Amino acid sequence: MLSFTLKRIAQLIPVFIGATLLVYFLVFATPGDPIAALSGGKPMSDATREALTAQYNLDKPFWVQYGLYLKNLLTFDLGMSFSGQEVSDLLGRAFPVTARLAVLALLIEGIFGILFGVIAGMRKGKLFDSTVLIASLIVIAVPTFVLGFVLQFVIGVKLQWVKPTVSGAATWGELILPALVLGLVSLAYVIRLTRTSVIENKTADYVRTATAKGLSRQRVITVHILRNSLIPVVTFLGADLGSLMGGAIVTEGIFNVPGVGNLLYRAILKGETPTVVAVVGVLVIVFVLANLIVDMLYALLDPRIRYA
Amino acid sequence: MRYSHASKALALSGALALTLSACGGGSSDKPADNNAEGGNASYVVTANTTEPQNGLLPANTNEVGGGRVMDLIFTGLVSYAADGTTQNELAESIETKDSKNYTIKLKKGQTFSDGSPVTSASFVDAWNFGAAAKNAQLNSYFFESIKGFDEVNAAKSTKDKMSGLKIVDDTTFTVELSNPESDFPLRLGYTAFMPLPEAAFKDPKAFGQKPIGNGPYKLTEWNHDVNLKLDVNDKYQGPRAAKNGGIDFKVYQSTESAYNDVMSDTLDVLDQIPPNQLASYQTDLGDRWVNSPYAGNATITIPGYLDHFKQGEEGNLRRAAISRAIDRQLIIDKVYQGGKVKAEDFTAPVLEGYNKDIPGSDVLDFNADEAKKLWAQADEISKWASDAEFTVGYNVDGAGNKEYVEAVVNQLKNNLGINAVAQPFSSFKELRNKVTSHKMTGGFRTGWQADYPSLYNFLGPLFGTGAGSNDGLYSSKEFDAKLSEGLAATDPTEGAKIFNQAQEILFKDLPAIPLWYQAVQGGWSNNVSNVHFGWNGVPLYNEITGK
Repeated sequence: MLSFTLKRIAQLIPVFIGATLLVYFLVFATPGDPIAALSGGKPMSDATREALTAQYNLDKPFWVQYGLYLKNLLTFDLGMSFSGQEVSDLLGRAFPVTARLAVLALLIEGIFGILFGVIAGMRKGKLFDSTVLIASLIVIAVPTFVLGFVLQFVIGVKLQWVKPTVSGAATWGELILPALVLGLVSLAYVIRLTRTSVIENKTADYVRTATAKGLSRQRVITVHILRNSLIPVVTFLGADLGSLMGGAIVTEGIFNVPGVGNLLYRAILKGETPTVVAVVGVLVIVFVLANLIVDMLYALLDPRIRYA
Repeated sequence: MRYSHASKALALSGALALTLSACGGGSSDKPADNNAEGGNASYVVTANTTEPQNGLLPANTNEVGGGRVMDLIFTGLVSYAADGTTQNELAESIETKDSKNYTIKLKKGQTFSDGSPVTSASFVDAWNFGAAAKNAQLNSYFFESIKGFDEVNAAKSTKDKMSGLKIVDDTTFTVELSNPESDFPLRLGYTAFMPLPEAAFKDPKAFGQKPIGNGPYKLTEWNHDVNLKLDVNDKYQGPRAAKNGGIDFKVYQSTESAYNDVMSDTLDVLDQIPPNQLASYQTDLGDRWVNSPYAGNATITIPGYLDHFKQGEEGNLRRAAISRAIDRQLIIDKVYQGGKVKAEDFTAPVLEGYNKDIPGSDVLDFNADEAKKLWAQADEISKWASDAEFTVGYNVDGAGNKEYVEAVVNQLKNNLGINAVAQPFSSFKELRNKVTSHKMTGGFRTGWQADYPSLYNFLGPLFGTGAGSNDGLYSSKEFDAKLSEGLAATDPTEGAKIFNQAQEILFKDLPAIPLWYQAVQGGWSNNVSNVHFGWNGVPLYNEITGK
């Protein structure tokens, strides 16, 4: 198990270098001159332009730029944004916020998704099952930003139960509504995934055996049906953590959450390579680690899976 | 917001000595009413902003997010009142006999918020710092009129002292310009010309994060991407004194969410109504909104380097035809719900000397028949291929650009019968790169926000031969001569008249086709009163009081 874990963590290095190289190149290749955008359409003297271009290494060829970036990275220097801030500071502020948001969303997905999915699966064809199926279909069909705006308007502006936007501190409590919006679509998927899986396992031989042995219904459901049904769900949740962190841009925009999605979006528009690469780099690490955890959970859920 | 065309602040003292009077602007009569209503002067106002793009240094702040904060935490020799007139702040007097050599005297006893004195050196050093190429400040071009700029702003130059700036004593310094420029004193209220304390030059980068200024407010906290907190600066003595207990600027990623915060009284002042609420904000907010023009415009530039559009008879006919084929009012009503004002000239209506009836301005009036006629006349000189595409470029990352450019293109298609196409660019930086390297293959969207309230600011930087923002490479000796003449005038009213004569030339050549003047749509919460917007569309934050 330990050597497996170490091997997987070692894989991080080539994945990280490959991803940053690719992203660095993509930002480099996007058309346009970041310095022209900095001037905002106002005049800029050639001398000033030259000085700025040199300051951000934009006058150097791609490999030199990337090499310099990697060199600085080894000393934990992630570079500077155009606004003169350390990229590490930008990340240090945005990532904890987005992480809180993503974890909350994941909890909502996991707890309610599995709960509703199991109930629906056990009562296949009944009223609860049909209601959940229809509701989840609607949630999947409606775009996130519509859900976000509607919930914000109803709960924040009309009922005034919460403030329409989160404060700068972005506390756990404030993030519940945004997390609900962020996790709602995935929640619908988790419900459907769990439900299908439960229905499949319900008729399996070992469940019939367990019931025949006289085990309580609760034990049959939690230990025999649920545990075996969770593998696809856990796979989905693991992959989803990364998407929740990187893909929260719409939700973050609606609720004004100072997170990673918006940082990345603005950096791409400005052509601010160090920020884009750093954000994507951290997201890559999150993805790899989440997948590692998922793989380890497999072994816990299904004793037949062993890592040598 | 109201604006007047009457000259209020520029007063001539003595024969040729130009002095800026210290009379208050349009809102100076407000505080009395406010006290009668029982306004709360200790209320901390919350307002929306965007994250400043750069450290807060005067010569490096060129966008609204940083600009609105800079204008509150710093004050220059002069400042602008609500109606765009100029009022003295730190300047005791600004005198010139020839619009080329200026003697500037400072009021005594002025200090920065940390107690250090504001002296002639605070200005001279700050301007030299801003101009020097080695410091790579975005606003460096603002100092280009000062003698010696060419030396300090040359590529790889290590010099940082302009020969045109000379300190006489602690409160007096002189400025020599390369050429006479009568509107130089008007510029001095712009952010780039603010003074800096000595502490700033030791580590400008660190200073930009924690600036020490001399304005009505001081910055106490800057939580990046979250908020900027401003406290009242007790040491400020000028005309823009704070009538509230401070301002908390909240950084918003979208105006939509800020709008919802205003609706629920979570945010006090919003300076931009989101496009999707333009139809309903006036009913949503009762009497807590404003819609009025400010000093900015939107134009379409068809560069003179394109075939069929070269400066000359054919190109001018085609540009005039395109201008007359656009029904501006229809677009304003349909796309902007009335949130813009049809352009009548190349400048903006909130400026001193503005004239909406300049001869030749009827080329901006919609007339489809006339447009077709002009286009046909151009065809007689050189035929426009019937399958040729005429493109209008825009950047998709700016809200509303797509809608109006497509509306314009459709009108050209219908009214001129040409194959007009909207040409999207993925980002502002991509569009600007193509524009500034003069590689555009068609027309493109342009616009100008005034840096300081002056007609010249809409003309010189945009249409002067070789000027920094002359995107269409326009060049006219006649126009350049009028500009110089206007700048040399010592009487601002006379200067404005000459600038408007210069515009007559522009109406013939149409180096850019004016579409409409920008207008600000803003709103505020139930918690505040006395919300007014200035000549540049920015709220007068210091005037706002709590209820």
